[in-house]
Amino acid sequence: MAGKLLVSATINGEAVEFLCEPQQSLLTCLRDILGLTGAKEGCNDGNCGACGVLLNGRLVNSCLVLAAEVEGCDIVTVEGLASWQGLHPLQEAFIAEGALQCGYCTPGMLIASKALLDRNPNPTEQEIRSWLAGNLCRCTGYDKIVRAVQAAAQHLESSRRIERVAEKG
Amino acid sequence: MDADVDPTVAGPPSPGLSVVGSRPPRVDASDKVVGRARYAMDVSLPGMLVGKVLRSPHAHARIVSIDTRPAEALPGVFAVVTAADLPPIDPEDKRASGEQTFQDRTFASRKVLYVGHPVAAVVARTEAIADEALSRIVVQYEVLPAVTDVMEAVREDAPILHEGLRPRSLAGQDDSPTNVASYFEQVKGDPAAGFAEADVIVERVFRTKMVHQGYLEPHVSTATWNDRGDLTIYATTQGSFAVRDHVVRLLRLPMSRVRVIPMEVGGAFGGKNSSYVDGTAALLARKARRPVKVAMSRFETFQATGPSSGTVIRVKMGATRDGRITAAEATLTYEAGAYPGSPVGSGAHVMFSPYVIPNGRIEGYDVVVNRPAVDSYRAPGATPACFAAEQVVNELADRLGVDPIDFRLRNSASEGSEALDGTVQGSIGAVEVLEAAKAHPHYTAPLGGANRGRGVAHAFWGNWGARSSVTITVNPDGTVALLTGSVDVTGTRTSIAMQAAEVLGLPLERVKATVGDTDAIGYSDVSAGSRTTVATGHAAVKAAKDVIAKMCARAAEIWGVPVDGIAFGDGVFRTTGDIARAFTFVELAGLLPDTGNVVIGVGNVDVGDWGASFGTHIADVEVDPETGKVTLLRYTVVQDVGKAIHPVEVEGQLQGGATQGIGWALYEGYDYDSNGQMLNPTLLDYKLPTMMDVPAIETVLVEVPYPGHPFGARGVGETPIMPPPAAIAEAIYQAVGARVCDLPMTPARILESLGII
Amino acid sequence: MKPFAYVAPASVDEAVALLAEKGERARPLAGGTDLLVQLRRGRFDLDVVVDVKRIPELTRIAYDRAEGLTVGAAVTCAVLGEHPEVRGLYPGLLDAASIIGGAAIQGRATLGGNLGNAAPSGDAIPALIVLGAEAIVAGPDGGRRVPVAGFCTGPGKTVLRRGELVVAFHVPAPHPRSGASYVRFIPRGEMDIAVAGVGAWVALSAGGDTEETSRVEAARIALAAVAPTPLCVESTGAALVGRAPVEVAFEEAAALAREAARPIDDMRGTLAQRRHLVGVLVKRALRKAVRRALGVS
Repeated sequence: MAGKLLVSATINGEAVEFLCEPQQSLLTCLRDILGLTGAKEGCNDGNCGACGVLLNGRLVNSCLVLAAEVEGCDIVTVEGLASWQGLHPLQEAFIAEGALQCGYCTPGMLIASKALLDRNPNPTEQEIRSWLAGNLCRCTGYDKIVRAVQAAAQHLESSRRIERVAEKG
Repeated sequence: MDADVDPTVAGPPSPGLSVVGSRPPRVDASDKVVGRARYAMDVSLPGMLVGKVLRSPHAHARIVSIDTRPAEALPGVFAVVTAADLPPIDPEDKRASGEQTFQDRTFASRKVLYVGHPVAAVVARTEAIADEALSRIVVQYEVLPAVTDVMEAVREDAPILHEGLRPRSLAGQDDSPTNVASYFEQVKGDPAAGFAEADVIVERVFRTKMVHQGYLEPHVSTATWNDRGDLTIYATTQGSFAVRDHVVRLLRLPMSRVRVIPMEVGGAFGGKNSSYVDGTAALLARKARRPVKVAMSRFETFQATGPSSGTVIRVKMGATRDGRITAAEATLTYEAGAYPGSPVGSGAHVMFSPYVIPNGRIEGYDVVVNRPAVDSYRAPGATPACFAAEQVVNELADRLGVDPIDFRLRNSASEGSEALDGTVQGSIGAVEVLEAAKAHPHYTAPLGGANRGRGVAHAFWGNWGARSSVTITVNPDGTVALLTGSVDVTGTRTSIAMQAAEVLGLPLERVKATVGDTDAIGYSDVSAGSRTTVATGHAAVKAAKDVIAKMCARAAEIWGVPVDGIAFGDGVFRTTGDIARAFTFVELAGLLPDTGNVVIGVGNVDVGDWGASFGTHIADVEVDPETGKVTLLRYTVVQDVGKAIHPVEVEGQLQGGATQGIGWALYEGYDYDSNGQMLNPTLLDYKLPTMMDVPAIETVLVEVPYPGHPFGARGVGETPIMPPPAAIAEAIYQAVGARVCDLPMTPARILESLGII
Repeated sequence: MKPFAYVAPASVDEAVALLAEKGERARPLAGGTDLLVQLRRGRFDLDVVVDVKRIPELTRIAYDRAEGLTVGAAVTCAVLGEHPEVRGLYPGLLDAASIIGGAAIQGRATLGGNLGNAAPSGDAIPALIVLGAEAIVAGPDGGRRVPVAGFCTGPGKTVLRRGELVVAFHVPAPHPRSGASYVRFIPRGEMDIAVAGVGAWVALSAGGDTEETSRVEAARIALAAVAPTPLCVESTGAALVGRAPVEVAFEEAAALAREAARPIDDMRGTLAQRRHLVGVLVKRALRKAVRRALGVS
C-alpha cells in the first residue's frame, strides 16, 4: 500500500501544504484535512455539482479530482469568494434574491456562477441555465438563483463601467 | 391583525403590520453563502472514527448466520454491531412484536426485506478500513422469492413478507397470510345512482413509480458518549425530538441522557422525519468508546431510506352535460415498502376533496413489497392521487366542452361543504385561487406554435398544527433571543422571528432566532406537514405576549401601580390610569437586571386549528412529436397562502414544490430488476430536474386569511407539489392528443401513447 | 476507494513503461470523470493510476492546413471548445465534446477518456469516427495509428494492447465542401447519457449551392448507444453518394441506419424507442451537416 503524498497548492490565495493518500479526492481533503467544509458531497460521482470548486480558473467537481492531481495548482472554494472588502456580488445577490433555502447546493452554485460570469459577463437566461445545469437544487426550483445571477452580472457590469469611467477621468 | 382582510395578492406589509409581510433576507443566508453554515457532515470531533453499514444484497431472505469475527480481527477496526447488540425483547410483553419490528428496521434479525436492509455496522479508523471490514463480515442468507410490484404482491401466490401480518379493518374475515397491511372503504350517498345520472363518465387507471425526496444532503449522524453515559448526537433531521425519541427507545435510555443537536439540514421534504443512522452511530460509539460518524452515500440514500409510494389508482367520475359532477369512485393501491404504512389514506383524502360530489366510493390498499419502507414526501400520498383525479376532471371537462376552470368552479368546495370522506371544509380559498388562475394572463395567452398545449390542475393539502415550543429572552439592551425547538428546514427561523418581532413591536434585526437542541428547549414536533410557520408561529406569538405580560408586571412593580393599569402598544409600556408613566421597550429592558432579573417569555402550544391551502397551476408545454420530448414553456403557480409572513420564502416554497412535482411528472422514478435491485440509485439515472428542465416559475400569492392564526397564515409548502403531473399531462394531451396515465411521462411513453412506437 | 499509488510521469515513454509493467493493475488518468467513479464502484482494482496530464504531447492542440488537427488525448472538452480553429473548422466535433456532462465535467473530461472508456454511448466517438479520425497510439512495441472507427470492440473494451496509451487524435483537414454534426437524444436538458446519438459527415462535390443542386461525394454516419460499441454504418453513407442531400435521401439513410442499429431495452431507453430515434436523429444530423457543408448554418 502506497504512503502519503505531500501536495502543495494555492487555495483561496494562500499557499497550502498537506498530506493525503493517493486515492483521496480533492473534496475529501478540502473538507477533512483543510477544514474547508463549504464544498459539499451530494453524490460523489459528478452528477450534482455541490462539490464544485475552481481549479486553475476552471469549474470542476472536486469529487472527481484526486487531491494528488492539484500539485502546484490554484484552487478557489466558496470560502475564497468574499474579500476583506465584503461579500462577492454573487453572494450579495443570492441573499437579496432569496436564491437559497437549505443552502446545501449554494457553495457549488456560487462557484459555478462565478466561473460563468468570469467567462461570460452578460449571460442570457438560457446561457445561465445551461451553464448551471450541472448544479442540482432540490429546494428552490431554480427561479431565484437565475435572478440572482442576473442581478450579480448587472452589478458587476456597472462596477466595471464605473471603474472604466474612473480610469478615464 | 385584521381577520377581515380581503383576499388579495401579497404586496407590501398590510396596514398595521411592519415586519410580517415584508421581504428581509433570511437570517441564515449569510452563513450559507460563505460556507460557514454547519451541516451534519461538517461535524468533526477529536478522535472521531468512521462508521459504515453492511446491507443486504438480497430483496428477501432469511438470515441463517452472521459471523463478525473476521471483521473484528482486522487491525484498525474498533467495533462491530448487529441486531444482537440491541436490548433484549421480552417475548411475554404484549408490545413485543411491535418492538421487534422497530429493532429490525435498524438491524435485521431474522429476515431481510429489501436490498439495502442493514444487517451489521462497523467502526474503524479510516473509511478504507471500514470498507474492508464490511467485506469480511460473513452473512449466510437463505434467499427467498421477492416481490417488488404492488399488483403482484396482492396476488394469492405472492411471496409473503410478514407471516403474521393481517390487514386492519379486514380482521376476522380471512386468516391467511397476506401482503395487504390495511384496507379501507368510504362510501357517500349512492354511487350507482350517481353514475346513472351522469351524461359522461370517464374511467382510467393510473400508475406511478416510487420516487425519492431527492434531498442533496444524504443522512449522516455523529454520536459521542461521555463516561457518565450521556449521549450527544449531531443529526440532520426534521425533528431533534423525534431523533431523541428514536434513540431513547432503541437503546432504552432515560431522555435526560440523550442530547440531540440539529445541524443545518441540506434538504428533507419529509424524508428526514425518520431516523436512519442516528441509532447506529450511537451503538457504534458506545461500543468503541469513541465518537463515530456514520454517513450514508447517495447509493445508500436511494436504496435504503424512505422513498414515496409507487401506486396504482383507478378513478371513475361522472358528470351531467351542464358540468355537475354526480359521482366519483377511486381504488388506490399503494406500496408501503418493507413495512406497513403507506400514505394511501391521505391520498384518498385529498383526491376528490376540492369538489362537492354527492355520491362516491373510495377504497384504499396499503401493500408491503420488498422495497425500502416508504416515508413522507411533501404531501405524502397526495401527488399520485391528484395526478389521477385531476386528469379525469380535465378529461371530463374536455369531453363536455366546458372550460376546465369553470368546471372546477361549478363543483368547488367551500367553507362548510362536505367532502366524499365526510370531512367538512373550514375556511378555504378554493374558489379564490381558481378565479385568480382564470384571470391570470397566462391562462389566455396565445400558445404560439404547433405541438403546444396548456393544462390546468387544482389541489389542496390540509396541513398540520401540533406541538411547538418557543422561548424569548429579553436582553438588557432591548434585543431579544428567540429559541425554538423547530428545526429550520424551510426558512422558519426567519418567519417565526418575524411574527415575534411584530408582536413585540421590534424590528427584525433586534430578534435573534436560534434553533435549540433537545436540552435547551421544550418538545417540538417535526418540522413537517407545512406546520412550522403556523404552529411555531403560534408559539412565538404566545411567547411574545408572555414577554409583554411579564414586562407589564415588572413595570407595574417599578411604578407601584396595579398591573391591569399597564398597556403595551407601538413599542411603549404606558400606564392607563391618571398618572402618566411610560417606558419604551428598550428602557424597560435595561431595568430588568436590577429589578428582579431577566424576563423570559414562554410559548408551548399544541395547535389544533389550522387552515388548508389550495393551489391551481397552469402549465404550457411543447411536445416534439418525433422524439416525445416535453419542454415546459411556461408555468404559473397560484396558491392561497392565507397571509404570506415572509413572501420571498413563500414564493420559494411554491417554486421548489412545483419543481419537485415537475420531476415527478416527467423524469423521476425507481426502476427495479427482477431480483429487487434498484437499477438507478445514482443522480445520473434518477433524474432530478436540472435548471434546464424547468422554465421560470411565476407565483401568485392569493391571501384568504385563516382566522385561527394571529396573522392569517396557512401552511404552504406541500400543496405545490401536487398539481404539476396532472397539469402537464393535460397540456401534453392538448398539444399532441396523447393522454398518458403513467408517471413519469417519459418521451418513450409519449411516443407509445401516440402509436409511434 | 481501495488504495492505489499515484504517479504523474512527464513523458510518453515513462507512462508506457509503467502501463506495460503493471498491465491490468494500472490505468491512465486523464479527466477522471469516468475512472474515479469506476474505482469507487469497484469496477477496477488498481495498484497505480498514471496521471497523463503532465505529458506535453497529450495536452497540445495543433492545427495545420495540410495536416489537419492533432488534439492531445488529455485535452479537456472545455479547452477544445475554446480553440479558434476547432470552433471554426470542426464544429461537428464540438457538437459532441461540448455536451459530455455539464460545465464542471467539461472542465475535466477528455476525448481520450471518452474513447478509452469505450462506452456504447460515448458521445465523442461517433463524431470522431465520421470525421475520419485516427488515434495516435504509443506502446512498448512502438507507435501505431488506429482509426477510431474500429477502436472499440465491446462495452469497455478497446483494441489497445498491454502498455499502450492513446497520445493524441488526428483529424484530417476539412474537405472544402464538407460538414459534420453530432446530435443525440437525452431525457433532460443536460447531464444525461445518450439514449441514442448520431454523428454525420457529408462531403459535397463541387458546384451547387443549395441542397437540391448539390450532390453528395462522400458521407459517413456513426451511431451511439444502439449497439455494444459506437457503430459506423457504412451502408448509410454509401447510399447517399451521388444523390442530392434532400429529405427523401435522408429518409432512406434513416431507414438503413434503423435497420443496422442493434439497440437493447435498458433503464435509459427501450429498444423500440432507440430504433425510432436513430431514424429521427440521422435526418437531423444530416440536415445539420449538409447546412454546414453549404456554409449556411
